[in-house]
This record gives sequence, structure tokens and C-alpha cells, in this order.
Amino acid sequence: MLDKLFFYLDFPFVRYAIIVGTLISLCSSLLGVTLVLKRYSYIGDGLSHVAFGALAIAAVLKVSNNMLIILPVTIAVAILLLCGSKDSRACVKIRGDAAIAMVSAGALAMGYLLMNIFSSSANVAGDVCTTLFGSMSILTLKPTDVYLCMILSATVLVIFILFYHKIFAITFDENFARATGVNVSAFNLLIAIIIAVIIVLAMNLVGALLVSALIVFPSLSAMRIFKSFFSVTIAAAVISVICSLTGILVAILAGTPVGSTIVAADILVFFISYITSFIRNGRM
Amino acid sequence: MTLLKCRNLTLGYGNKNVVENLDYEIHSGDYLCIIGKNGCGKTTFLRGLAGVLRPRAGKIDLCENLKRKEIGYLPQMTTTQKDFPASVEEIVLSAFQGKSLLLPFYGKSLRKRASECLELTRTENLRKECFRELSGGQKQRVLLARALCAAERLLLLDEPVTGLDPESSQNMYNIIKNLHENRNMTIVMVTHDVEAAQKHATRMLNFNEIVQ
Repeated sequence: MLDKLFFYLDFPFVRYAIIVGTLISLCSSLLGVTLVLKRYSYIGDGLSHVAFGALAIAAVLKVSNNMLIILPVTIAVAILLLCGSKDSRACVKIRGDAAIAMVSAGALAMGYLLMNIFSSSANVAGDVCTTLFGSMSILTLKPTDVYLCMILSATVLVIFILFYHKIFAITFDENFARATGVNVSAFNLLIAIIIAVIIVLAMNLVGALLVSALIVFPSLSAMRIFKSFFSVTIAAAVISVICSLTGILVAILAGTPVGSTIVAADILVFFISYITSFIRNGRM
Repeated sequence: MTLLKCRNLTLGYGNKNVVENLDYEIHSGDYLCIIGKNGCGKTTFLRGLAGVLRPRAGKIDLCENLKRKEIGYLPQMTTTQKDFPASVEEIVLSAFQGKSLLLPFYGKSLRKRASECLELTRTENLRKECFRELSGGQKQRVLLARALCAAERLLLLDEPVTGLDPESSQNMYNIIKNLHENRNMTIVMVTHDVEAAQKHATRMLNFNEIVQ
């Protein structure tokens, strides 16, 4: 089995997949903690559908690099959904959930419609399935995709480390942070942009429908076991990277779809952490 | 001496004004309790004073060289916070985020100040504990410590004892009283506990009479 693994590692596309997979899962888990704690998980799900719609538009317009369309569209929608209202209370509780359901289902439908009407390949269903579940795209990356992904992930990482304490303060208590003079609106904007970037990147790895699993599972697992924000963040990152690497390697060796294998690994870790915390605390 | 002066202050959300044309002065050394029915604008007023909500019209003047950064604010606890995975220390230190810029670590002086504030609210033994595992009273005292870290002279407290048992409430009142008497802290508290308010406060503001 190891021989087989080393044989595959000789191919550049496998190495690309591993590099990109590690970076994306690292970034998505870091911001995932904030997203889950701010009760924005569902927005992440909605945004991934928007990214799918944007991908369809890019395919129809036949742009050279479809990132040129997907990134700006997703960022714009993220800003609308996450910073739409000046008063954060009104944004999320009243209009929020309906708006997200509308946007995510709408984007999905429009994307599929566009792909069908302007289909360029013979196998539309196969193409759509690939984008939704990311069955192959991680293994068909070109070097430019890898560089773009590395640059974007590095940017996200640097921003996260620089503003870690600010992000914590805003996640824990937006009102208090604003009262002490933190520019909450600017940071919410920054968080929205970063989340959009991560979702677009993660779509390559696990496909549009499974992106939220990558964001939500590692942080939920970490929150079950760890008790400080710092340890939860680190644990989520570690869990996410390990699950993604395992998922990619298993997928290559067993020939299973990459995205679903990664998510399966994430689910497994979640159950382990759930049981651990259950045994430790003696309660759910 | 006047510490804070509201002139013609109007505050509101959406298309509704909650507080309209309010003129009011808060003096240094006050222990001011704001009482009134639910939804009459007490919390909104406090959010205005804390600088969380911008006035629609009118102004809030800070007098006697009071700066925004010298005001401590204890908002009502949100549901998000109740099960938040964070240590007490992380939460209290987050009060300094308005001051320090891009530092990945907190300096010694800030940590010392955080310890002092934890001591003042009798929570120094909880420093390493997880916030979501504390009792309601302990949580509230930790959040008070955080407010103190940001505050030098003025504390704005939004229903600090709501939901606490009598013993924890009394504990909280004693801490606040100590801050007022021995630390020269000016206190502005929104409360439904009229009895305790009458006992401790040096001034009362009844919002039912102001807002019609």
C-alpha cells in the first residue's frame, strides 16, 4: 500500500492536491470557529451555492480564468448578507434566514439552468455533479490554480494572525467591542471578504454543496473538547488539516470521491470528540 | 460636576425613534439607576451613552476631559455568549482591543490591569476557567471585570443582576458599591430591581416619565 502511495506521490497533480487541500482546510477551519460562534454557519452554506451560480456564469461567458467572476460575485454577496444592515441584530434575526434561503436556492437553480442552456460539453449532468460534489476538480488543478490558492490562503492566514484578538473580541461581543473603540463594521467587512475567499477556494476541494462541512465540522469537534478560544482555534485547524490529508490520501488509494471522503473523515472525528466529551462530562 | 451631558438626544432603530429630544446630565460621583417598563428605551439610552448607537439627532457631550476609552460598558448577555468556548482571561483581556493595535500578545501592564479588575470583582480564582461552565453570577462578574478593564471613571451597566439568585445579586451590588465608594467610579445602571435601586442609588431616572 505504501508503494502505491509513493507511486502516486510522484505525480505533480497529487502533490498539488495535497498542498492545496492542506491550505484550504487550514483557512476554512480558522474562520469556521468564528462563523459557528456568530451563528453564521448557514450563511457559509448559502455563499457556497452562490459560488456555484457564479461558476456557471463564468462557464457561459467562457472567461479565461473563472476565478475572475466567482471571487467578486461571492465577495459581493457575502458583504450583502453579513454586513447588510447597520444594526447587526436586525440583519441576522429578522431578514437574515429568509434572505439566505432565497439567495442560496436561487443561485443553485440559476447556475444549473445556465449550465443546461449554454452547455458546452456533452455531459452536463457530470459537470454539474463535479462542481457540486467536487469529485475530481482537486486532482485536475493547474499550476496557476495552485499558486493563486497559495497566495490567497497565505493572505487569509496573515490577516487572521494579525487580527486574531480583534476577531475574538468581535465574535464574543460586538457591542462591547464597538464601545471600546474597535471598528466593528470594518472588521465585519474584512471577515465577510475572507469567508467568501475561503468558500470559493474550498469549492475546489470538496465541491459547492460540501463546503460548509469543511467549515463547520472541525470547529464543532474542537468546541466539544477544548475550553479556551485559542485552544479551540488551534485544535480546529489541526483536526481539519488531518482530516483533509487523510481524506485525500484515502480517496486516491481507494478511488473514492475526494470531497465526500474528506467530509466522512470530519464526521468521524466529530463523533469521536462527541463521545469523548460525553464520557468526560457525563452529559450531552 | 457634569461628566456627561445629553442635549436634545434622539436615538432609534429602523424607522422608529425610541428616545426623543432628551436633555439630561450625569454628574461625576453619581450612582444613577435608570428604571422603567420593558421597551421604554433604557437599554437604547445606555447604548447611546456607550457609543454603540449613533444619535439620530442631538449630542452627547463628554465633559471634564472624559474620553470614550474611559467608559466601561456591561451589555446584557447574549445567547451566543452563554455557551462560548473561551477562558475568563481571554474575555477580560479582550477589553483592551480598543487600545492596543496589532499586538499578537498582551503586554505586562495590560495583564496586571486585568488581574486587578478580576480581583475587584472577586473572580481572580476563575482566571483559567471556561466561561460557558461558570454560573450566571460568575459570568456576570467576569463581564463586569471586562468592563472595568476598559473603564477609568464611568461604568454603564445594563441589568447587571437580571436572572441572578438573591445571593449573587447581593454580591454584585456589593462589588458595584465598593467601586462607587472606594474607586470613585461613576455608575449608571439600568435595572428592574426598584427596591435595591432606591437603597443604593444617589439618583434615579424614571424612563416612564420621560418617554410618552
